[in-house]
Amino acid sequence: MASELLLLDFNFSPFAARVRIALEEKGLEYESREEDLDNKSPLLLEMNPVYKQVPVLIHKGKPISESSIIVQYIDEVWNHKSPLLPSDPYERAHARFWVDYIDKKIYPCGNKLWNLPKGEAQEAAKEELMESFKTLEAELGDKPYLGGNTFNFVDITLIPFYSYFHTFEKLGNLNMVKECPKLVEWGQRCMHKESVSKSVSDPIAVYEAALEIIRDLGF
Amino acid sequence: MASELILLEMKVSPFAPRVKIALREKGLEFEAREEDLLNKSSLLLEMNPVRKQIPVLIHNGKPICDSFTIVQYIDEVWNHKSPLLPSDPFERARARFWADYIDKKIYPIAKKLWIAPEGESMEAAKKELLESFKTLETELGEQPYFGGKSFGAFDISLITYHCYFHAFERLGNFSMVKECPKLVEWGERCMEKESVSKSLCDPIAIYEEALETRRILGV
Repeated sequence: MASELLLLDFNFSPFAARVRIALEEKGLEYESREEDLDNKSPLLLEMNPVYKQVPVLIHKGKPISESSIIVQYIDEVWNHKSPLLPSDPYERAHARFWVDYIDKKIYPCGNKLWNLPKGEAQEAAKEELMESFKTLEAELGDKPYLGGNTFNFVDITLIPFYSYFHTFEKLGNLNMVKECPKLVEWGQRCMHKESVSKSVSDPIAVYEAALEIIRDLGF
Repeated sequence: MASELILLEMKVSPFAPRVKIALREKGLEFEAREEDLLNKSSLLLEMNPVRKQIPVLIHNGKPICDSFTIVQYIDEVWNHKSPLLPSDPFERARARFWADYIDKKIYPIAKKLWIAPEGESMEAAKKELLESFKTLETELGEQPYFGGKSFGAFDISLITYHCYFHAFERLGNFSMVKECPKLVEWGERCMEKESVSKSLCDPIAIYEEALETRRILGV
């Protein structure tokens, strides 16, 4: 019988990693199908015709796209355990705000470190990236997680980028422990969770993939 | 005790009216305070220190930011009437997907069109905008609203661009009725709702602002 939950996946995608973490947090069985992003499957094109991107979660044949929307869907359908969003509407709005902030800042700035040649534009992207990390660190404060006492939606949204810290350091000539010690500590704390360590990419593999992109772009 | 609701907004914005529509759909009284984005109030800077942007809804002294997050908050707190999001998780994910599409696609393209010089750039921006509108028209299908039989959050996210149609037509030299008749029909249907017609910006004011922006930029 076909799997009730099918994830159109990509190992290096920090967005797909969020969905993997959420599914693991809920203890859900699912089939992961790795997509070749240079040769997208007809299923992916059918299930996400608008963006043609991973991740797509197919639940009983119906597709849900966009990682933060998928995580909320998982939380709402399997609401009997491991809540990923707070129950209070104000706290929920607060979590959504930070998820949106992470989406607007971290990946768009981060990927300029390997998609742009060294120069002013890259420096500006690096500065904006570090400013964003410091803003997130301030939001974390002395809490164990961005979600407060428990790992939640905001942590799930940011933690796949912990695998990118090594790449940011090498390409941006940075020291994350020096710049954002609390965030590094937070990352290590999250990595102790099996749902996270099973789901996020290997930092060395991420760096090697970034180097390949740089090589292909001729920088 | 009645809730205290203050909305920090701007006269011309595709985001602030979403909040006003949602508040009016729920029959809520609120105070709207107009911000001058060149001279932001200390209240705005205090209530949205991260983004320093409108809209911000201040509910009993606590801020909620980002228009779609605010709409969801309003729907969750005042959940006894006029539901704005569907109750089914899959339909809710669909509404969120399209609200996100509108913010990812319509807003940046509209910004491009606003300041595009006549000629190739304007034509390219117009083509992209119409393509997105046609994608939305396909999604609407034969339904009266994007939410199906009833007006909902998806409609709220898009209808705030209805008052921009006039400016788009004048700047891009095209006819919305000719290019996207179903969308225009849907827009007029929504405008029959008092919550919408009371909340949207004046199309002439929007067009005048576009002309002023273009004049300042020397386009």
